[in-house]
Amino acid sequence: MSFLTRRRFLAVNAFLAAGLLATVCAAALTGPVRIDLGRALQWSGPASPDSVILFDTRLPRVLLATVVGGALAVAGAALQGLLRNPLAEPHILGISGGAALGGIVAVILAGQHPLAAISAAPVGSFLGALGTTLLIYRLALIDGRLQPYTLLLTGVVVNAFAGALIMFVNSLADFYQAHGILFWLMGSLATQSYRLVAGIALYALAAALWLTWQARHMNVLALGEEAALQLGVDVDRTRRNIFMASSLLVGAVVSVSGMIGFVGLIVPHLLRLLVGADHRLLLPASFLAGGIFLVWADTFARTALGSTEIPVGVVTALCGAPFFIFLLKQAGRQAFD
Amino acid sequence: MTEAPHTLLSLAHVTFRYRAVPALNDVSLDLTRGEILGILGPNGSGKSTMLRIMSGVLHPQSGTVDWLGSPLSRVPRTVLARQMAVVPQGGTIEFPFSVMEVVLMGRAPHLGGFAFEGDQDVQVAEAAMRRTGTLDLAHRCIHELSGGERQRVILARALAQVPQALLLDEPGAFLDIRHAVELYDLLRDLQAEGMTIATVLHDLNLAALYCDRVALLKAGRLVRLGPPAEVISYATVRDVYETEVYVDTNDITGAVNVLPLSRVYRERLKR
Repeated sequence: MSFLTRRRFLAVNAFLAAGLLATVCAAALTGPVRIDLGRALQWSGPASPDSVILFDTRLPRVLLATVVGGALAVAGAALQGLLRNPLAEPHILGISGGAALGGIVAVILAGQHPLAAISAAPVGSFLGALGTTLLIYRLALIDGRLQPYTLLLTGVVVNAFAGALIMFVNSLADFYQAHGILFWLMGSLATQSYRLVAGIALYALAAALWLTWQARHMNVLALGEEAALQLGVDVDRTRRNIFMASSLLVGAVVSVSGMIGFVGLIVPHLLRLLVGADHRLLLPASFLAGGIFLVWADTFARTALGSTEIPVGVVTALCGAPFFIFLLKQAGRQAFD
Repeated sequence: MTEAPHTLLSLAHVTFRYRAVPALNDVSLDLTRGEILGILGPNGSGKSTMLRIMSGVLHPQSGTVDWLGSPLSRVPRTVLARQMAVVPQGGTIEFPFSVMEVVLMGRAPHLGGFAFEGDQDVQVAEAAMRRTGTLDLAHRCIHELSGGERQRVILARALAQVPQALLLDEPGAFLDIRHAVELYDLLRDLQAEGMTIATVLHDLNLAALYCDRVALLKAGRLVRLGPPAEVISYATVRDVYETEVYVDTNDITGAVNVLPLSRVYRERLKR
């Protein structure tokens, strides 16, 4: 079929949802300790060690990886649509860095205040992500046009700048804060509570649905802003919505798992090859496939070296950076054709 | 029943500057229902700017633009997109959409929210592709097409909007001579069905052959406006384009012919 029908939309999403469910189950059962399902699911009597490992350690982590991976992939796809650049990605453009900076600054400023401690990181990260997105957009806009390579270079510079500021804040912080900051920079999905996972899932799903609702406008935006206007799309409003929703996604994710890069680059790109460019399908499919990708990346990160854990951000960067180079080469070839 | 208004689009004393650079200066012009209006002029004379003002993408610093009797800037964009379609010049399409998907985007102003195109939308898109000779490209990726094929796909997208008026910016720019005349023949067919058309073009001969009226711009000013036989004359072309040309009348079509001259002949004429 050469265009998206309701049937294909449902079929692809159902297929990916089934894949995600299987991934979550399989990953939760994978780890250094073998889990006896019979003992883990025994509800009567005191909790077995199997049950504690499965439900208190592994499952929340796997669920967090699902939400974080999904959110990052959707944010990547949305930013690519907004900026009309298939190489756009929160990490590469420095948006994750801005979010991390915002989160770190907010946490330090909030200090010991009990109320601030709950919401300082997500709010700070959201503001950091939004500010960075607006900044790179403004900087890359030359005579009303987004220049693809200027955009990427702006991202590189903003990223370096945010990194320097984080290091600066880091040098001012005390030992325990500094250790936490480093952990954030490497990206981690280590054990989190169900409450936190549920909270982040709520943000991420709301933002992803909001973006999917704009998906038809994002398709038309691929024709350029002027053509989109002439096709009746409210370009300014669509752009504002994408800015807000993608910042919400990146901010929420960075505040709990730190900087995990390249998920938003790899997943939407592969999906475009497999299911087409239509954002109505690309966005929800990115969420599901992003979940699958990050759950497996994290499973690899926590099992590959036995008892030593590799930061998951390292795993995604090791896959993503060569992928980025490959895409850059391809884009360059097209540009000179 | 009231009769449909005679004037679709009306520009009055329109002046537009890009920052400090003037692009249009006190231009007044009406687009009359059912006509093919050609917009001519040398490079940088303000043709594309005029088209962008006519489509409401740019707003003039002074002067008024009315669409069907009301200010164009007040017409909601979705409403306008069901009445007016624009075929831009060139322009890249990001992401590997199929040709069918691009043409279906013409249905955007007719759909609401998170909707899938229905059977009727697909039929309208297929009819538009049949008319532009792009139906057999439907499954291809837009990036695989030649410049000329893509231009026809963009025209199909505009037709899928089912507009009353069609604005085109150099639709023949990427087309060979056969595809160019086929495209202008199609515009004539559309005109016969009631479409109003305004097109920017560079080719004075095609303008003479196909346009009911032509507007000739020079340095942002509307120099002449009228039937091509009156506007496209040796003296006018020489003054506006600042070069010597050879002008006569085609024996078969009766339209004026403008032929370029190489330097040797231009200098011989000057003497």
